[in-house]
Amino acid sequence: MKKPVLGASTLAAPKPQKNWDWRAASNFIAGGAGGALLFFASIGGFEPAPTRMAILLALILIGCGLTCVWFEIGRPLRAMNVYRHIATSWMTREAFVALAVFATGGLAWLLLQPLLAWLAGAAGLAFLYSQARILAANKGIPAWRHPRSVPLMVATGLAEGAGFLSGVAFLSGATIGFWQAAVLLALIAIRALIWNGYLAGLTVEGAPESALRVLNGIASRLTLFGHVLPGFAVLAALAGMPGRGALMFAAGSMVVASGWFLKYTLVRRAAFTQGLAVVRIPVRGGGPAGPAVKPGWKPVPGAKAG
Amino acid sequence: MKRYVMTIDLRRCVGCQTCTAACKSANATPSGIQWRRVLDLETGEFPDVRRTFLPVACMHCGDPPCESVCPTKATTKRADGLVAIDYELCIGCANCVMACPYDARSIVHEQHFAYGESQMTSEAKRFDPGRIGVSMKCTFCKDRIDEAAATGRTPGVDPEVTPACVNSCISGAMGFGDINDPQSNVSQLLAQTQHFRMHEELGTEPGVYYIWNQS
Repeated sequence: MKKPVLGASTLAAPKPQKNWDWRAASNFIAGGAGGALLFFASIGGFEPAPTRMAILLALILIGCGLTCVWFEIGRPLRAMNVYRHIATSWMTREAFVALAVFATGGLAWLLLQPLLAWLAGAAGLAFLYSQARILAANKGIPAWRHPRSVPLMVATGLAEGAGFLSGVAFLSGATIGFWQAAVLLALIAIRALIWNGYLAGLTVEGAPESALRVLNGIASRLTLFGHVLPGFAVLAALAGMPGRGALMFAAGSMVVASGWFLKYTLVRRAAFTQGLAVVRIPVRGGGPAGPAVKPGWKPVPGAKAG
Repeated sequence: MKRYVMTIDLRRCVGCQTCTAACKSANATPSGIQWRRVLDLETGEFPDVRRTFLPVACMHCGDPPCESVCPTKATTKRADGLVAIDYELCIGCANCVMACPYDARSIVHEQHFAYGESQMTSEAKRFDPGRIGVSMKCTFCKDRIDEAAATGRTPGVDPEVTPACVNSCISGAMGFGDINDPQSNVSQLLAQTQHFRMHEELGTEPGVYYIWNQS
């Protein structure tokens, strides 16, 4: 009787990463949204009060994320060493950009000077991009190293930032104009496209089966609550339905919540390691060599013994 | 310029774990941490079933992803090909752990003992507080390699300056030497055999060669 593969050692199969827990995830979750919110606050064209509120919220989000990371590292008292490798380390670059974020963002909050606000916005964007590159630089995690993870992290960060701005505008009583709603709608559509492209790319180019299972498992919820429902809410607001501010608030909240859900899933639940592989099973005794073995991945196409 | 690499003849490895024990003894790794492991892979379909013993550790890559992501320069690639960690600089951010596709790195955040709460004499004597909260991995026994540079002896030939795992291997499956020297033991062995490097497609240029057949 034929039996399936005899269960290659689980030690060799991809495993969930255990070193970056919710604290590291919080940095990507809050920091990315905060960086994008800072950007949109700088170009949003709102009155001083909501702009100030948005800048403050962005700085709080980024600060909370970085604080969470600080509590995670093994040697927090040496944290300043993070500034030593700007040549290649995106974590170092993120740390430098964070200084610029707080310097320009703090001054922009205090003075509401347009140039400072734009500089803060640019720093916020750079912070978001740095975070996306930190994930992508990790070759040990196939779901992160895929080149489409960078646009995905940037797109969801931007959508979350625009979503937060809608919430700030609603809560502060500011009027949300056509362009602000149109930008949120465009970002929802872009994130949906990039998410689908990322998932398709990962499936085609290969990833641990366990990672694909997790990501495919959230696809329908992300589509419904992150793209379809908020998209309709923004469309309704654009079409002139009553309660425009509330509709935008609801859309923004869904975009933020779904984006955070996506990032938590990516950083924690879908972050399976590469695992180990044998390119050729060795010749032993008189028999031929065996085919490639890569536990936890789909069988290698065309692999043959001999 | 030298580049030290390791060869592992998968045809010879019997999975005895002596290299694992030798590494543990030589480097006094914390409880639960093994810089070197030998995986026991059972593959195939009955009746064509294979068993392969796969020793794994840090691959001392030519283009180490752990080095480029490290924000502190604690991880460096030495001129002789070894990838080293400066425990005094490392902040334990674990970025290198994520970057390594070989599961070679680990971080211990607090001291654990092999037998519950009580500390064995050997654990107390060899405990290194400098390795708590920082990233660590196989060093290719770099102190021995440094001694070779100082004394003119040859790693892979002279046991005193050869990694502990290679010295301990009962079947002669493991070799060590300078791949840039065409006369070295590893260069000659690789010239006579078919071999692969793990996850080579990721562009890491690993420094461990797995031999699976004659040329």
